[in-house]
Amino acid sequence: MKARLLYPDQDFDFAAGLPPNATDLVQDLELDTVLAAMAAGDKFLYQTSVKVMLASVADVAAIRYRQDVLADCIAQPDVIRQMYGIAVAALQEKRKIWGFLGARFPASILTSAVSQLEVLIVRLRDLRQLADDHAASFRSEGLVTLLHTLQRELDDEYFAVLSNHLKQLRFRTGELMSAQLDRDNSGINYVLREGSAKRGWKERVRIEPRSVYSFTIPPRDEAGGQALQDLVNRGLNLVANAAAQSADHVSSFFTMLQGELGFYVSCLNLHGQLTARQLPLTFPDPVNWDSPAFTCADLRDTSLTLRAEHVVGNDVTADGKALVIITGANSGGKSTFLRSAGLAQLMMQCGMFVTASAFTASVCRQVFTHFIREEDADMISGRLDEELTRMSTIAGEIGPHCLILFNESFAATNEREGSEIGRQVVRALLEARVRVFFVTHQFDFADGFRRLLPDQTVFLRAPRQPDGTRTFKLTEAEPLPTSYGQDIYARIGGWLGEKYRTQTPVRPEEI
Amino acid sequence: MGFGSLLSETPSELPLDSSKPDQSVLSDLNLDQVVDSVAGDREEHELIRQLLTHPAADLDTVAYRHEMFRDLEDPALFEAATEFSERLSRVRAHLEQLGKMDSAHQRDGWFLDATTIYCDAVRDLQEALASRPLAARGLIAFRDYMADYVRSPGFVQLASEAADRKGDLAKITYQVRIKGLRVEVSRYHDEPDYSAEIEKTFERFQQGAVKDYLVRYRTWPGMNHVGAQILDLVARLFPDEFGALGRFCGRHRQFMDPVISRADRELQFYLAYLDYIRPMRSAGLSFCYPDLSPRSKEVFAHRTFDLALAAKLTAGGKIVVANEFHLTDPERVIVVSGPNQGGKTTFARTFGQLHHLARTGCPVPGDDARLFVYDRIFTHFEREEDIADMTGKLEQDLLRIQKALQAATPDSVVIMNEIFTSTTVSDACFLGQKVLAKVIELDLLCVYVTFIDELAALGPSVVSMASTVVPGNPAERTYNVVRKPADGLAYALAIAARHGVTYDQLKGRLAT
Repeated sequence: MKARLLYPDQDFDFAAGLPPNATDLVQDLELDTVLAAMAAGDKFLYQTSVKVMLASVADVAAIRYRQDVLADCIAQPDVIRQMYGIAVAALQEKRKIWGFLGARFPASILTSAVSQLEVLIVRLRDLRQLADDHAASFRSEGLVTLLHTLQRELDDEYFAVLSNHLKQLRFRTGELMSAQLDRDNSGINYVLREGSAKRGWKERVRIEPRSVYSFTIPPRDEAGGQALQDLVNRGLNLVANAAAQSADHVSSFFTMLQGELGFYVSCLNLHGQLTARQLPLTFPDPVNWDSPAFTCADLRDTSLTLRAEHVVGNDVTADGKALVIITGANSGGKSTFLRSAGLAQLMMQCGMFVTASAFTASVCRQVFTHFIREEDADMISGRLDEELTRMSTIAGEIGPHCLILFNESFAATNEREGSEIGRQVVRALLEARVRVFFVTHQFDFADGFRRLLPDQTVFLRAPRQPDGTRTFKLTEAEPLPTSYGQDIYARIGGWLGEKYRTQTPVRPEEI
Repeated sequence: MGFGSLLSETPSELPLDSSKPDQSVLSDLNLDQVVDSVAGDREEHELIRQLLTHPAADLDTVAYRHEMFRDLEDPALFEAATEFSERLSRVRAHLEQLGKMDSAHQRDGWFLDATTIYCDAVRDLQEALASRPLAARGLIAFRDYMADYVRSPGFVQLASEAADRKGDLAKITYQVRIKGLRVEVSRYHDEPDYSAEIEKTFERFQQGAVKDYLVRYRTWPGMNHVGAQILDLVARLFPDEFGALGRFCGRHRQFMDPVISRADRELQFYLAYLDYIRPMRSAGLSFCYPDLSPRSKEVFAHRTFDLALAAKLTAGGKIVVANEFHLTDPERVIVVSGPNQGGKTTFARTFGQLHHLARTGCPVPGDDARLFVYDRIFTHFEREEDIADMTGKLEQDLLRIQKALQAATPDSVVIMNEIFTSTTVSDACFLGQKVLAKVIELDLLCVYVTFIDELAALGPSVVSMASTVVPGNPAERTYNVVRKPADGLAYALAIAARHGVTYDQLKGRLAT
């Protein structure tokens, strides 16, 4: 029995660790705000969402499978929350029973295993009832299959078998076991048996050799009594193991259900917050990665929309372009756009809706971020060193059909050297069929690609906003030869703890 | 020809003490660490220590051991030999435990178990030896001995009887019923196993691997008095099987062959060393069988490294930097200079280690090597404990060097590391020149580690090598010691190159 709400043909691997760049992604894309809205204060939902969001699905059909399930969930949120509640309750009640995890004796393992099975079976009945009540009202393949599976596998006959077993395990009788000889002739392979060891009539009249011998431990022989108890436990070992593993099987089913439903419950939480803010929401249109695609209308930074009012959306068309270079003024919305693109990609690839009126993008194998870090205070390795260390780590993990977002990377040295490093890195990435978004101040870098790869590159520019508000949209425009160097110096100076005043650069378009 | 020993053609006793280098040389070269690690707590650690610290008696013995190592590098053969020696060790452990057992039936079972382990061990090794191509004189003779042994009537009978007794006992299943303090032991009548049914019922919920709740019980050999009483009753239920077992044990008290036991001990040396170098090989480091010349001092080694250091680094998952040296006539002396912590001492140790190890018949670090058959190795490394008294130390240093240079012959090897650090630069320069002049005069093979650059240019017999730094970043060591330093790169790109993120590097990295 499988939940199969996240993939049509496999379980979600909640035990897998987060991708190695998870911390960077969460930090750079400001994912925490989104995850907090999804979790609504529930730690488990937070953990679940972060795992599902960062485990990008690159298969278009699998994304659509989740979109369908999520659409069903949005249509009937109460049923989904109720089903999730059953799984949560089952696991809570099981945990309350004194665990046999640490028990050293099969007899006590058996007792607590039976108690756990009893409470779990109550919740299985609840699930079956829910399936009976609501199976007809869902449309998505994932939910329809799950509810039908519950009805089929948990039929009345099966419940009868279960309760019979529980009775037998509770009230076992007699301690008869078979055994074999180990390598030193001591007893081994103890197996609990039903039946009697009475002698047959032939044996009693001495036609057959005698087949029962016995001895009795003296009552004062405590060690002997202990040894007998030990033997009994050995006899129960297999049955106790089977019962304990059965309890684990049932709760592992509930665990899987809790995890996979938990993701959808988290999506419902986020959906509630975003609709309350009257934001445009749409299911994205994923396309395969054969050709780079990226087109959005009114795309907003989901994280920012949860923290600020009046977030401006961007309209960008970059289909067929592997490289998007974003230049322009500070506070012009460059980083915000970069984040919105990264977030939308991640949300699309876990089956979620995005904050846009339309969004199409080619799927990618994995999203990477290389953002300038203002807070890194490690003085042992220089700033450039630190940036390049991260780049090198990424190079060890990235590959074809990945997406990488650079934010002001390689600006920790002078523009000539920084641009050269940037060009070398980006060229190598593009040739390895990686999609690149690059926010930069470095004209030398940006202009290099205008000359080098005009067909593969889209240039977006953030217009200058004198009051620093984020109200202007990016426009498609080539980089300007204006020196933004002073801005860079201002930043670097700031990190180094120096005082440096920014002069407002004179911009051609403002003259 | 009969089988004598796996260690040399003529099974002599161990090498003479006079040829053993003194302990300070072994510890200066960190060879003591190598010996400790190889010998470890193996049963034959004494023998292994002897063999690793003493040069082999002659070059033929070195060749004899090279042949052995080469054959045992065949993974199938190595595995078979390892398995064999582990099994024989278990047999010995079994026999030792017999004395602690109170129940006669238990003792008999355990003794039978020892004999079956022995028979399996012997037969499997014999089969492995017969099925693999062998070139080593020692192994070929041993293979022939083994072939005769397994066909001998004594062994054949032992093996077949042991198998019969094991078979008898394995067929026994009995029943125990416990009623309060009463224990009934009876013959077993087939009944279904209830746990299997439980498993089947709940199978449908299984999501993945499950935890094992089986309680582990202490296994053999172990038995309390209740167990012993039960076993006595089982023996009464099955009198034929237990009677035959008792007679078997009486007949085969001494079942181990002394020649095979000896070969097993000798194998330990090869297995221990191959075990020791295996992780380094897996990490991509090479070992080779060096050419040894008693005449030519044109020594070389390619992609070689400090064995003791490499063992540590590999265990910690760290990269080992390989280096090389080569001397062509009239070159004799390698003067190593360059930045500190750059691998100079390591390089010097490597040179000494290689020369010593080559003489034990073990494979040495490197792709390829030719080494000199020295008469003695002298080392002079900084002694931590001497540092307190500086004048005293200089004098001690000079005395030690004087002693060494007086004892050295043209066939000796000298490794000196950072001597005269306790004095001024001009003193150290002056003394260093004096020492090297003497070394050159004696025509010694020598590695001389120094911080004084002038010593690297003392004539055609002196070769200058230097530890190097990453171009553009003097703080970063490469641990490469080379004949000449590399050129610098532009600062930023040099750093990019160090991180492996230049265009060319990324092209290579992203392609994989």
